[in-house]
Amino acid sequence: MYRIKEEVYKWIFAFLAFTSVIFLAGITITLFTESLPLFKHYPLKNFLFGRFWYPTYEPPEFGALPLILASLWVTAGSVFICVPLGIGSALYITELAGPKQKTILKPLIEILASIPSVVYGFFGMVIVAPFIQKIFNLPTGLTALTGSLILGIMATPTVASLSEDAVSAVPRSFREASLALGANRLQTIVKVIIPSASSGIFTAVILGISRAIGETMTVLMVTGGSAIIPKSFLQPVRPITATIAAEMGEAVMGSSHYNALFALGLILFLVTLFFNILAEFISSKHRIKLGAGR
Amino acid sequence: MKIKKADLYEKIGFTILFLSILTTLIFLVTILYFITVRGIKIISWEFLTQQPRSGMTEGGIAPAIVGTLYLTLGAILFAVPIGVGCAIYINEYYPKNIIVNLLRISINNLAGVPSIVFGLFGLAVFVKFFKFGVSILSGSLTLGILILPSIISASQEALMAIPFSLREASLALGATRWQTIRKIILPAGLPGILTGVILSIGRAAGETAPILFTAAAFYVKGYPKSIFSEVMALPYHIYGLMTEGVYPEKQTQIAYGCALILMFLVLTISAIAIYFRQKQRRGYYG
Repeated sequence: MYRIKEEVYKWIFAFLAFTSVIFLAGITITLFTESLPLFKHYPLKNFLFGRFWYPTYEPPEFGALPLILASLWVTAGSVFICVPLGIGSALYITELAGPKQKTILKPLIEILASIPSVVYGFFGMVIVAPFIQKIFNLPTGLTALTGSLILGIMATPTVASLSEDAVSAVPRSFREASLALGANRLQTIVKVIIPSASSGIFTAVILGISRAIGETMTVLMVTGGSAIIPKSFLQPVRPITATIAAEMGEAVMGSSHYNALFALGLILFLVTLFFNILAEFISSKHRIKLGAGR
Repeated sequence: MKIKKADLYEKIGFTILFLSILTTLIFLVTILYFITVRGIKIISWEFLTQQPRSGMTEGGIAPAIVGTLYLTLGAILFAVPIGVGCAIYINEYYPKNIIVNLLRISINNLAGVPSIVFGLFGLAVFVKFFKFGVSILSGSLTLGILILPSIISASQEALMAIPFSLREASLALGATRWQTIRKIILPAGLPGILTGVILSIGRAAGETAPILFTAAAFYVKGYPKSIFSEVMALPYHIYGLMTEGVYPEKQTQIAYGCALILMFLVLTISAIAIYFRQKQRRGYYG
């Protein structure tokens, strides 16, 4: 009797555990089945490299290139903010801050990470955009630059707390050895800490980028939303996420437009999946490297 | 006396590190400052408890607050049993390595899926395939899948911190595995699991993209009647106020109020969770 009950419970838990596999598989399958009908009558090449996104024209054009480029631009811009600030903050917290500062700063960074993206987007719209419009004397403040700026600020805590984990995983003996050899603290940071934590820091950067690419509400609200190939950071653009969010409401279910938006989702999914697997791969190497150092 | 070059570099380097964390914190303070100062003016008892009036330019945002509560509650009810169950399976039933790896990879990748993609999945599966429509149910399920990975990892962390001797003692007394889980493991892991759940509440309450096509509407008259109704939600309401409607100026004021309330809710919830987690971690290892 007990034995049967035990088996039943085990199978229930196993089933619950496998739901995450099911969900991930479900997401993959859904994205494929909902986007593939598009390519029956619209060639994949035109979708990936087409220069015009006119989903409501007759006949419609689904060239995703402007959207893909917009996502790349905005994300690349944000990297210039979140990487230096994130890594700098992480190094400050682990290497320079005293125990008291540390107990305040660490949770503060985590709290910064939990501000909802729509609040960042709102802040970007009402405060940052008018500011950008004024200094660059533009017709609108909703530009790729505004998007990069807000996205950069948003991704900073992610990069900071992940690199902080990487830096604090460097064994104490590494620091002691370096200091004992007469290196000062900066030399220790630059020549010992950063190289030994490099793969962890790299992972943090990749995950930060992955988060920035997939971020929706902020870019939807602050990048202005014009689907043209970006030529300057000071013009409105329309990243992939913003396009899906803005147009799905109007797309008729099952129409080519609907399929095209799922195809955009599929691109997004594959790109972030690639980044996550890359991060996983690098961080597993990282663990081996530090383990051998101990 | 000449300053040594290395010392000078050290000073410069440290200043750069200090400046980077200072900049990060200045951004945080600026966001908090503007939203608090401008939002607090609009907030009143009426704002929190009334329906919107006169085309979203007056009255309150009560339905949006209620909608967010329903969606978050639904997501938690869906994700917590699955997440905790998954953590128990991985941690207490010692499945084969290959299975653990498969689960770990799925969970990690699920955690990295962009929130808008969850929205697409919810639209195709819950709204369209299962015909739940744009509803609280569809939105809750979508949000539930989104927070599942973080619930699993928080629960796993909680279970792993339980000393092994507790399990051995229970099994040695003749308790079965399930009895050990129910009477020893779950009670011991509960504080850690709860912390993870609280963190996820904050996350679910603030997410917008997953509910865009699965649950949210800019205006619904009255309060939701069943789990199959469309709802207003606080984060979506901010977006709607800024992009729809015909009175942008008045709507922006209301959006400030909504942003302040949403931020206050989410930050309070996560601050509580982070505080408890800090305390628990110290307890286990200190």
